[in-house]
Amino acid sequence: MARGVSPVVVVVVAKRPALGIALTLWPGLIYATVLPEDRADVLYHSYEGGGVTISGPSVLVRKQSSTNSSVVANYYVDMVSSASIDVVTTASKYEEQRKEKSLGFDYLHGKNKMTVSYKVSKENDYSAKSAHFDISQDMFGDLTTVSLGYSRGWDVVGKRNDASFARNTDRQNYRVGVSQILTRNMIMGASFETITDEGFLNNPYRSVRYLDSGVSRGYSYQAEVYPRTHTSNALAFRAKYFLPYRAALYAELRLYQDDWGVVGQNMEIGYTQPLGDYWILDGHVRTYSQTKADFYSDLFPDQNAQNFLARDKELSTFSNITLGMSASYEFAHGGWRFIDKASVNLAYDYIQFNFKDFRDLRNVSSVGQEPLYSYNANVVQFFVSIWY
Amino acid sequence: MKQVWKQSLSFLPVLLFAFATNAYAGQSLSGKATDFTLKSRDGKNIKLSELRGQVVMINFWASWCGPCRQEMPLLEGLYKKYNKLGFTILGVNVEQDSSKAKAYLHDISVSFPILYDTKNTVSKAYRISAMPSTVMVDRDGNLRYLHHGYKPGYEKEYESQIKSLLRE
Amino acid sequence: MKARLSHCYVNNMLRRCFTLLAIALSLGGCAAIEPWVKPYERANLADPIMSFSRDPVSSAYTSHVYDAREGARGAGGESGGGCGCS
Repeated sequence: MARGVSPVVVVVVAKRPALGIALTLWPGLIYATVLPEDRADVLYHSYEGGGVTISGPSVLVRKQSSTNSSVVANYYVDMVSSASIDVVTTASKYEEQRKEKSLGFDYLHGKNKMTVSYKVSKENDYSAKSAHFDISQDMFGDLTTVSLGYSRGWDVVGKRNDASFARNTDRQNYRVGVSQILTRNMIMGASFETITDEGFLNNPYRSVRYLDSGVSRGYSYQAEVYPRTHTSNALAFRAKYFLPYRAALYAELRLYQDDWGVVGQNMEIGYTQPLGDYWILDGHVRTYSQTKADFYSDLFPDQNAQNFLARDKELSTFSNITLGMSASYEFAHGGWRFIDKASVNLAYDYIQFNFKDFRDLRNVSSVGQEPLYSYNANVVQFFVSIWY
Repeated sequence: MKQVWKQSLSFLPVLLFAFATNAYAGQSLSGKATDFTLKSRDGKNIKLSELRGQVVMINFWASWCGPCRQEMPLLEGLYKKYNKLGFTILGVNVEQDSSKAKAYLHDISVSFPILYDTKNTVSKAYRISAMPSTVMVDRDGNLRYLHHGYKPGYEKEYESQIKSLLRE
Repeated sequence: MKARLSHCYVNNMLRRCFTLLAIALSLGGCAAIEPWVKPYERANLADPIMSFSRDPVSSAYTSHVYDAREGARGAGGESGGGCGCS
């Protein structure tokens, strides 16, 4: 295909061909044959870090529509104010808004649960539509839940101030998962997901830089060039353990690799401690690290150095660590009118990013010797939930 | 074109599985119902064999079990309707710690007897393999029907079985 | 060329995995294995603190925060969807 794209060794899939029954991280449900609870949540989310501020609401409403079906709808907004490092070094600060709506339907049939959903996301220079289908089944005395899923996405990439710019990206996701009750106090899950994208996969605003002795700065910019396909595999394992004094331990490991050469993994451990009847406290630590894409470089040796060029920090070699905690308080115990119970929740995460081969160009230095970039982010979530 | 067909065919087993129902509805039983004595919520002991002459529905439930909670009000309806005709329900709670069950009953009151099987001796004796489980015992103390789990619509089967057992 | 080959390989492997899994699932009705955790012993597992995703509105947001900033994607517990978040 091109120089710089190494052969894909689908190590993950080859290593586990007999992973017939994988484990699902299916959120929350021990019994797949039960519909999720009726509830409504209103969330205020806020991300601030690396010169970017994104905040907004997320409203989620779920209601049983018949004895064996349930409907869920979500409205989500990101209000973005961005002066990120990419933006300040090559452009100027911008503001925009992204709105996302989705509608889902769960249907129970015997021991099977089917979920169908449709999601639309719109911002001034990007629109995305996706359809999702999932099915799960309880087996072996209801100790095992197996699930399969498929998603299809259609994106249109636009460009601000260029109404004629419209490129397509198509996406397909295949996922398989298994959830297994191990003991009366422990549940494990594992899942595997493959995603393939095809079309215009880069960012129309972003550039790469190359050594250019003809310019005083020492480097020049050119537009990034990405392959037209991207296939990735992710394998995740999760486990939860119930402690006898009523608390829970959580652990997760996810392995990732794709045909762009990115290899990543994240690990997380968490602890949930209820206090009394109404308080629940959570704490977690998560680490992530990845190696760069084959066609990534912070500074290319010359113009058009390769067929594919990227200087997206998300494709660089970096790691991050998250420290997070949250508190939840249940009120309206015993119910109030149509409400069975309600809770108010606050969560805070501190994430630190450290890049190994992406440099901070705000710091004017000798070319290629600028300091490596790093930034911290504060993520806050405040939400109220009601069950009815 | 052939490729597309080949690809779709390989997903056929997925579709077949999607609509495979597992027969988990009511099944017939035979033999004598194992006798047991459990403490009820008003402190008195209730012995199964002392209820001979009545049609008994033994419902194994737990406060943490969604379908059990869904089923409760419907069982209360059946109890109210057929109790005078010689029918009773024993709501056997299977939790080792009964405090949650007691709290649940405080919110959703039912009038039929509730028994606490905290040591799970009765659950084991009746080989309970799903939650909830409902066992129908006839007037002579014989096991007649078994229901695994609860899905909306099961209560109709319960009612027709109660009526046929009452008629015997 | 190489990337396209691996694309085919993944597709084939996946189809085989899916078919195997679907067959296994169709046989799922055969409850030959006795559950070693009895249904009436599931009280702890049914506790909301044992859920992998106690508050879906929050887990979905957290997933999105990482997806938009990390190269990795998938197997994150949430059904995906696009956005111009690169």
